[in-house]
Formats: sequence, structure tokens, C-alpha cells
Amino acid sequence: MNQEFKEIEYSEIPALAKRMLAGGYRMVQICGVTKEGENELVYSFDKDHEMVSYKVHVPFGTTIGSITPEYWAAFVYENEIHDLFGVEFTDSKLDYKGNFFRMSVKTPWKGAEKKDEGAA
Amino acid sequence: MAYTTKSPWILHYDASSCNGCDIEVLACLTPLYDVERFGIINTGDPKQADILLITGAVNDQNKNVVKQLYEQMPDPKVVVAVGICACSGGVFRDCYNILGGVDTVIPVDVYVPGCAARPESIIDGVVKGLAVLEEKTNKMKEAKR
Amino acid sequence: MGKRTIVPFGPQHPALPEPIHLDLELEDEKVVRAIPSIGYVHRGLEKLAETRDYEQMTYVMERVCGICSFGHSYGYTGAVEGLMDIEIPDRAKYLRVIFHELSRVHSHLLWLGLLADAMGFDSLFMHCWRIREKVLDVFEEITGARVIMSFCKVGGVRKDVTPEMLNKVAGVCNEIEEEVRKTGMVFMKDTSVKNRLVGKGVLSKQEIIDLSAVGPVARGSGFDNDVRTTEPTYKALGFEPILRDEGDCYARCMVRVDEIIQSMNLIRTAIKDIPTGDFCVPVKGPVPVGDFAYRVEQPRGEGFYYVQGNGTKNLSRARVRTPTNINIPALVKTLQGCDLQDVTMLVLTIDPCISCTER
Repeated sequence: MNQEFKEIEYSEIPALAKRMLAGGYRMVQICGVTKEGENELVYSFDKDHEMVSYKVHVPFGTTIGSITPEYWAAFVYENEIHDLFGVEFTDSKLDYKGNFFRMSVKTPWKGAEKKDEGAA
Repeated sequence: MAYTTKSPWILHYDASSCNGCDIEVLACLTPLYDVERFGIINTGDPKQADILLITGAVNDQNKNVVKQLYEQMPDPKVVVAVGICACSGGVFRDCYNILGGVDTVIPVDVYVPGCAARPESIIDGVVKGLAVLEEKTNKMKEAKR
Repeated sequence: MGKRTIVPFGPQHPALPEPIHLDLELEDEKVVRAIPSIGYVHRGLEKLAETRDYEQMTYVMERVCGICSFGHSYGYTGAVEGLMDIEIPDRAKYLRVIFHELSRVHSHLLWLGLLADAMGFDSLFMHCWRIREKVLDVFEEITGARVIMSFCKVGGVRKDVTPEMLNKVAGVCNEIEEEVRKTGMVFMKDTSVKNRLVGKGVLSKQEIIDLSAVGPVARGSGFDNDVRTTEPTYKALGFEPILRDEGDCYARCMVRVDEIIQSMNLIRTAIKDIPTGDFCVPVKGPVPVGDFAYRVEQPRGEGFYYVQGNGTKNLSRARVRTPTNINIPALVKTLQGCDLQDVTMLVLTIDPCISCTER
């Protein structure tokens, strides 16, 4: 199994989805990872049993482009990541507006703010 | 009310169980364990149910569903918490979206431990619940007099 | 053009053992739109990885779902072993395959039963579940538990299975196959079953790719994304995915019936070829820094596991993407334009496992 995780910028996500769709890939998953001061998203695609994965670093408070215009099914992941990690998506084709998972805690997965190293 | 203790109808609700206990509850109904020989029938309608079987721990989302189901059942009624999650939260007790056992929301009469609870112990729990049901029936009769 | 009505479906519904809620927007008897809402059984167990070490996590992961519990421990341990660079013994690989396939048989039989129950075909439901008990008896005899077995551990399996027991398992397989061939005929031939399934909820191959559906749903439409085709152990057993072209509820049902028979053959071949030797390797120390993705073909489709280590005993992330999770878009798609009375059939034929989906 391919274990390579290519790193890309968050602004490239919609372009990546277009490229993948044109290449005939199906979407496998989007995974969120808690990091200090940012969230790390892992996008995986599959074609003929070969999986390719991309890692994206999203600083807190950043709004990123949705891939639902290309992969409509991604709404389950994007809403999940929105509810659990607090990442905002633009142009979503099916936005639950924070009501996908109704929980007692708000964005329980969001990591700690980055420590400001410059401050004394 | 003697017939209810002889053939209690069961309502099953999955609070936030992992399915392990749910399929064991269903397995009780099928040929190997066959609770129907005791007159026990699984119903989907709370208004016809005497015993409420709950699997899994409760969370904020289904808290009201559980309460509503309980309120819709006619008196006397018995609640059986099936599986360790329904009893105390079990392996998920530390999860952020778990409130705890079923007894945090509605009164529980019988606790059935196990992960997953075995069909034998579920049947045993229901039979224990029958005794509670009879007790409750008698109390209701007393009150009427 | 009729009046639009919204009919709530679930969370407590007679056809569903699990809580999922659908808002069905109806025009007369036709469903125009369906909006699923989930979150009734969300626990957040992936977050437990921060407080449980990677070995304890195996037991938490097993409880993602009680039906495919072995599949989850298989996928999770596979991912952790990949991260820690552990090569497990061949015997363990074969034992895992045997258990995984037995789990598939019990899961598919369970599902066939639930389908029959939802159709009101009660005797068929009872028969399916009666056959299923034979698999559970095998599990109980080997591991001591019926549904959540804790058989997998990081580095192999928890205990060895004696050759006598394996022979017995092969015998049970023969019995089950005979019964499934009989009962499967009912699903294949019975008019009332066919009336409910044939031509309902058709998904084309292209739609499957667009919606990224997995498992029997994809294979019922002729799209092969069975992870087992690339797995070396399965390759050695001569695995070929089962595909059908119709893409309707009937095809999805038949794929599962055929897969039961296929699993029986795989188990018997595995028992015949199983190598001798160790059944686990000792595992020590913290997980290294890095990440690993692993996929397993579960009864309901492809399961995706992703672990990230940070050099301590705890994983910084243990992610599981379950098959139902990605089949929900396919479900929403098939529900558009179907008749109200077909909703239960459509919901059931994707074999929804809500507790998997929400974790």
C-alpha cells in the first residue's frame, strides 16, 4: 500500500479535486488531525486499488475550499471536520451548518493554540 | 394485569451502543434462544410495551428520545439496561459525547452487565424485570383501593 | 404535482435496529429529497487514543461496532503494525483471514435476516439467524466470546487454534454452506422477495464512482474496489471479487449471498494451507513518529485506518473511516425519486451500520 503523503497548500485543494476527478480517481476519505495551532487534513484518493494521499496544513481560522462541487459525497467528511475540528468550508454543496453531529461539546477535536514564542 | 407478567412485550432502543448488545438482544428472539416461548414479543411501539430494553450509554442527542419513549409507555413499566455501557458508560465512559449510564436520564430497574451482554443474561435480566413488573402492578392495585 | 410533505423516518423505527434519522420530502408517494441526520450514537471514541495506549486502543477500536468488530481490530492492528514496522507471522495472517471471513459470514447472514424481517418475511429472518448461530458457536468455542472477541492484538493474534479445532471449523463451513445454498434460493427465487428488490434503487457504475460507494453496494453495480484483491494472503488463497451488473437492491442482496459461499471456500482453503509456527510476535516500546494508512475489506465494504504516532505509547491520531460512512451519499442518491414504501428496502440494502459511521 502506498504510504506516501504528499504535502500541498490549502489553497490548492479545489484544484486538486478537479485534477483527481479528471484522472478518474474516487475519493477514499478526508481525515482531520489535531495539531498545535492548526489542523492537518489528509485527503486520500484511489484508482485501481492504488491510493494516493495528500496532507494539508490548515491554520486555525482559515476557510478552505470545499471539494463537494467535484466529489459530492465528500459532504459527510467536510461536515464532520467542520463539527469536530472547526474548519470552515466555502462552496459546500450540502452544508449542515454545524448540525451534522450534535454534541455536548463544541469542536472537541480542536487542538491547543500555538504558543507564541516571541512573547516574554 | 396478570397477563403482562406472563407475556411481556419488549421495546428495544439503541442509545449509543456499538451494536454488540443490539444483535444479542435480537439473537434472543431467534430460534436458538427463542424468548417467544415465554410469550415475550419485540414490539416497535412504545405504547404497547411493558419492558424497555436499552443498550448503550446516553448522550445529549438521544437523551430526549429515551425520555420520550419512556414517557410514552403505559404504567406499570420496567427499564432494563443491557450491557455495561447502558449500566455505567463502560469502555466509552471517558468519551466527550457520553453522559453516562441510562440511569442518568430515566430510572433503571434491572442492570445486565457484559460486553457484549450474552443472550442468557439478557433473558435472565428480563425475567428479573418481570418480578419488578409484578411488584409495580401490585403497588398500583394497592393505591387504587 | 402534489403537495410537498416532510415525513420523518427514525430514529426509532421498526425496520431499523439502529438510530438514523431521515427527513423525507414527499410529493404524493414519491420521495423528492432525503436529508439524513446522524449523531444519535456519536461517542467520539477516536479521541480516546490520547488517553489509552496503542494496545488498549485495540479493544476500544473493536467496539466501534459490534457486528464488524473483528474487522475493526484487524484494520487497526494492521495500521499500527505498519507504523511500527512489524512483520507478523504467516500463521497469524491466516488465522486473521479465517476469522475475518467467518465474521463476514455472520454479518451477511445477520443482514439477510434483517432484510427478510423488514419485508415481513419472519420465517426467513429466523432461518438466517439460526444459521448464523453456528458461526457464533465457533467464535465462542475458540475465543470465549460471541460477538466482541478480542482475538486480534498488535503483533498477531491472542491465542493459537489447534488443528482439531480448525478441522471442526471446516466441518461447520460445510454445514453452513449447505444451509445457505438452501436459504439463498429463497432470496434468489421467491416472488415476494423479488417484487421488493428487483429494479429498486438502481445505481450505475459511473454513479458508484462519483459517489465513492464501497463494498457490496459498489460490487452490485459492477465496480470492483474490493481491497482483498491486493492483499497478499488473499491472493495466495485465489481470491476473485464477486461482481454483478444490475445495480439494484436485488444485485446487492445476491452479491452478499454469493460472498457467503465464497467466504466458506476461502476459509476451507486457508485451513488446508495454514502454515505452522508462531501466532504472534512480541511487541515492545512506544510507537515511532510517523503515520500509516491501511485498508481492510469489511463485510460492508472498504474500511480505512489511519494512525499517527508521536514517539510515545499513545497514538496522536487513530482514525477509522467506516464503509457505511461513505455509503450514505449513495443512499441519499437512491432515495431521490423512489416510492415511500421502498425506503426501508433501500436503507437496508446499503447495510447501514450507524454505530460504525458515527464512532
